Amino acid sequence: MKRLSLIGYGVLLLVACVLPFLVSEYRTFQFTLVLVYSIALLGLNILTGYNGQISLGHGAFYAIGAYVAAVLMDKAGFPYWATIPVAGAVCLLAGFLFGLPALRLEGLYLALATFALGVSLPQLLKYHHFEGWTGGVQGVVITKPDAPEFLAVLGLPLNQDQWLYFFTLAITVVMFLLAWNLLRGRLGRAMMAIRDNHVAAEAMGVNNAMVKSLTFGVSAMFTGVAGALGAIAIQFVAPDSFNIFVSLTFLIGIVIGGLASIPGAIYGALFIQFVPNIADEFSKAAPWAIFGLFLIGFTYLMPLGIAGAIRLGLARLTGKEHNSQPGKP
Amino acid sequence: MDALLHQILAGLATGGIYASVALALVMIYQATHLVNFAQGEMAMFSTYIAWTLINAGMPYWGAFFLTVAFSFVFGVVIERVVIRPVENSPVLAVVVVFIALLFILNSIIGWIYTYTIKPFPSPFPEQPFFGNKLMSSHEMGAIGVTLVVLLLLYAFFRFTPLGLAMRAAAQNPESSRLVGIRVGWMLALGWGLAAAIGSVAGMMVAPIVFLDPNMMGGVLLYAFAAALVGGIDSPGGAVFGGFLVGVLENVLGAFVIGNELKLAVALVLIIGVLTVRPSGFFGKVHVTRV
Repeated sequence: MKRLSLIGYGVLLLVACVLPFLVSEYRTFQFTLVLVYSIALLGLNILTGYNGQISLGHGAFYAIGAYVAAVLMDKAGFPYWATIPVAGAVCLLAGFLFGLPALRLEGLYLALATFALGVSLPQLLKYHHFEGWTGGVQGVVITKPDAPEFLAVLGLPLNQDQWLYFFTLAITVVMFLLAWNLLRGRLGRAMMAIRDNHVAAEAMGVNNAMVKSLTFGVSAMFTGVAGALGAIAIQFVAPDSFNIFVSLTFLIGIVIGGLASIPGAIYGALFIQFVPNIADEFSKAAPWAIFGLFLIGFTYLMPLGIAGAIRLGLARLTGKEHNSQPGKP
Repeated sequence: MDALLHQILAGLATGGIYASVALALVMIYQATHLVNFAQGEMAMFSTYIAWTLINAGMPYWGAFFLTVAFSFVFGVVIERVVIRPVENSPVLAVVVVFIALLFILNSIIGWIYTYTIKPFPSPFPEQPFFGNKLMSSHEMGAIGVTLVVLLLLYAFFRFTPLGLAMRAAAQNPESSRLVGIRVGWMLALGWGLAAAIGSVAGMMVAPIVFLDPNMMGGVLLYAFAAALVGGIDSPGGAVFGGFLVGVLENVLGAFVIGNELKLAVALVLIIGVLTVRPSGFFGKVHVTRV
């Protein structure tokens, strides 16, 4: 099984590498966004799926990441690649700080507090005292990076969209490896222990407060990195593009993709990127109605999302007992 | 001084609307220990129904009461059909269903009525009551309607057998079931009442913020803040919280932080109350046994 999944990831990576040469520039851009969303969903999944803290305001960290990248490029003249680690670091800190008061909140109340964060964020971004940096309602426009020149010298000329895609892909791979390592390590086990039974975890010597805040920080860091990448890909940030629906879309992504599952982030990202496109053809309002119906359907029928269904299907096919694996929420 | 007084009174008027939505939230919280994220959207839905009825030529108050009745039935149906299957699920599943409901209602309305902003009539006359210059008649009317709703609710829960049964079902479902109260239906009634109260709030706020599918977003946030400030399980507290939040929002918005950051007031209130005093002013303090 281990080898099988390794092969699976290898094939997936190969397909991901060939993809931009097969599809149009616009599709390449869409797949770049899929990668961006998958990092964001991974971040939210670390918090909600693995640690059991509900966040309805992760769009806020996505926005912070995006704004850090945009402001650094626009005002401080940073090259685009250098903004990613800064955005990650800023969001790590922001998430950790927000996680401290959030510690005392459980379940519903945390959802409420983060919902408030998500709803009020656009107003904060418009605040006129920050206007010098954030551009107020107008937002910030950033330029699209060109492919580095040595690639053309090597005989591999990439256009801007393709280069951006590969740049995002590289960071996505790094972030997924990071998450995979984190979740099977000490911190990951502590997170799941807290989710399943926080009293028992405490009794076993897990520092609940520290782990929960840290999880919030790490989760925000992932989402912030995604935000920075998203800003570079879309070349524009504005307050109203980070409304509460961004946060709720992330929640949809992890529920549909699969809670507490790393590949689930990819399925979820594909879903939130492409399903609205298809639904858009019926009506401007249709994507949200379809999201809503899918959410209810999945909650009733497939609570572990697409990843859970695939896992179950594979277990049936190989005839192996579906062993209780650590990712069950 | 006049400006301050004016802001306080205007705050009381919007506060009345927050109080109504907060009251709806508390109704559902008391019955099911859930916070309904779709409450604002449900109220918006009802308001559009009212708008349709009024545009079809119905007199205002006829449309008003018909909408309230419809919302009640609508709330009951939602509880029976959508919420019941996840009643005993983990919190995340319930929150997800609420969010789904929010999406569906929002997009149905967007689909039918488009996202353009529409004016909504006020039942109260143009010129202010008694010739005062501090409050518009709609603001006074909205406060009046809120107080009437409150009084009716109080009377219902205090003096009718059904109200007593609902309180019993909320407080101790097991024992209530033993004495023959149909707890499931009491929860559904709670949802119906919440939806009806929400529809009143929607119709009172629509002349101020105008009718559009996202009109309740800010109101819902203030209502959350109001319910938490007052204590999420205390109806009286929710009303107090509503007026307090309304006044705070208006006074701070006008004199201290500016209109741009009004929503941040709600954010700070919510996080502040939840971390410092989760039970609010009037709520019960919960102690959990390990």
